[in-house]
Amino acid sequence: MDSASSASAISVRGLTKSYGKFAALRGVDLEIRQGEIFALLGPNGAGKTTFVEILEGFRHRDAGDVSVLGLDPDHQPMALKTRIGIVLQSSGMDRYLQVAETVAMYSSYYPHPRPVDEILALVGLEAKSAERVLRLSGGQQRRLDVAIALAGNPDLLFLDEPTTGFDPSARREVWEVIKNLRGLGKTVVLTTHFMDEAQYLADRLAVIANGAIVAEGNPETLAGRDRMLATVRFSLPEGVDAPTQFDLVALGTGGYELKTTRVTQDVHGLTSWALGAGVDLEDLRVERPTLEDVYLELTADPTPLTTGEAS
Amino acid sequence: MNAATMLENQLKYVNKAFWRNPASAFFTFAFPLMFLVIFTSLLGQHSITISAGHTIDVSTYYVASMAAYAVISACYNNIAIGLAIQRDSGVLKRTRGTPIPSSIYIMGRLVHALFVAVILVVITAAYGKFFYHASLPTGTSLMEFLVSLIIGSLAFCSLGFAITCVIPNADAAPAVVNASILPLLFLSGVFIPISSSAPAWMLWVARVFPVRHFALSMDAGFAGATFNWMDVVIVAAWGIGGFLVSARFFTWEPKR
Repeated sequence: MDSASSASAISVRGLTKSYGKFAALRGVDLEIRQGEIFALLGPNGAGKTTFVEILEGFRHRDAGDVSVLGLDPDHQPMALKTRIGIVLQSSGMDRYLQVAETVAMYSSYYPHPRPVDEILALVGLEAKSAERVLRLSGGQQRRLDVAIALAGNPDLLFLDEPTTGFDPSARREVWEVIKNLRGLGKTVVLTTHFMDEAQYLADRLAVIANGAIVAEGNPETLAGRDRMLATVRFSLPEGVDAPTQFDLVALGTGGYELKTTRVTQDVHGLTSWALGAGVDLEDLRVERPTLEDVYLELTADPTPLTTGEAS
Repeated sequence: MNAATMLENQLKYVNKAFWRNPASAFFTFAFPLMFLVIFTSLLGQHSITISAGHTIDVSTYYVASMAAYAVISACYNNIAIGLAIQRDSGVLKRTRGTPIPSSIYIMGRLVHALFVAVILVVITAAYGKFFYHASLPTGTSLMEFLVSLIIGSLAFCSLGFAITCVIPNADAAPAVVNASILPLLFLSGVFIPISSSAPAWMLWVARVFPVRHFALSMDAGFAGATFNWMDVVIVAAWGIGGFLVSARFFTWEPKR
């Protein structure tokens, strides 16, 4: 697995799909590498689910090339199903079976299943193995979803909005399970509309809007986030005049901000001035556009914006 | 893994889930037996004429018609409601994303329904024999009885699959299923015997739909009425119709 870590798990070229007159996907190109956790972000109706369901083999494409683990989901669905695990948004399962029975049942569908107790340990449900599904909490049911998806010991996992509707501690439970999958060398494709989820889990991500990929990268640098204007903010004590050599904007009540691309120089300049003047720069901080800022900008604008500076 | 092992595994889990679910265990299994006890206890002392010159105890009549009801409930009601719930909650879609062949999954449900139907018929027959000296089919009539039982079970399973195609969601499932089967059970003389003096439209309904024909072949087994292969053929034709509708319209994803 390691030697092939740069190889493609998923390769998509020129993928299109329409429902009647509505173009759900309008030419998607995407590479997802083996062993990475890849997040697909996008507002509802952007084409996320259609895209993922084409990769999973639930839907058929209109045009384009799709290769998932070297297989074509339209023409080799059975071979593909033995090597992928799917966690759907709605988590239906037989409520009257026990946890271990449920995983064992799904294991029995696969040619090379992973041992049930090993799977339960991976998702932290060992202690619940004899519990009936209907008695599990939301977070535990979601972990069981992941366990079911792992039953066939897949190379690739799809997780569709794995924490939508969860309270913070249940989300954290599920996140830890997903993070642990990286250690197994699995490729994970995650759809979400939570920025913190993508930021916490994903190695790389893509933003999909109006049926096309509008940005792709890692969470830190998506759409040039790291190169965008940073904002330096601080407050000055009452009666102290602001230095004039900077492009400061007064925010009232002693607060100031400075938009800059040269953070190091400007912070150095500011702190040197403050030390020289014997002034304390209260609550000095440097802020970058958050992933959410970038995302909102990308998905609000119908024209693709790949890199560049936001104002 | 071969198909037989997969089917066996599938059956094991369907069976576990069935008995642990109070709703399915009660409405599918206990309900027909409860009706059997109520009807025979209430009306068992009387006798009725089921065809010209053929008079039987009401208890025997109810052993036969409750056997028919049990099969319909285990196959039609159970499959339709169970599948609609599974489809709505995403179980079917999840299954569709795994390598188990659809045919094995569906066979699992079908064979299990057949299994429950047979147990119910055996209990019904034993009850009738023990308490009311109902006659049990033997020899040729046993063969005819078994063939019509199996064809009837398969046909009502197939109609159960077909009706899920018009059930919009899980909440509506019991309503749609009961609305489609309860009137027919009454009009076909399963709960209350109907004679040839019944209104013509009612006799027509009984003649067109499969319930009456299936009940008649159960009568033939337990009550000594004349066995008629035409009844089996009509039930089978409905089953094939149900299969064609399912093959065309059955979906694995929730209807939204």
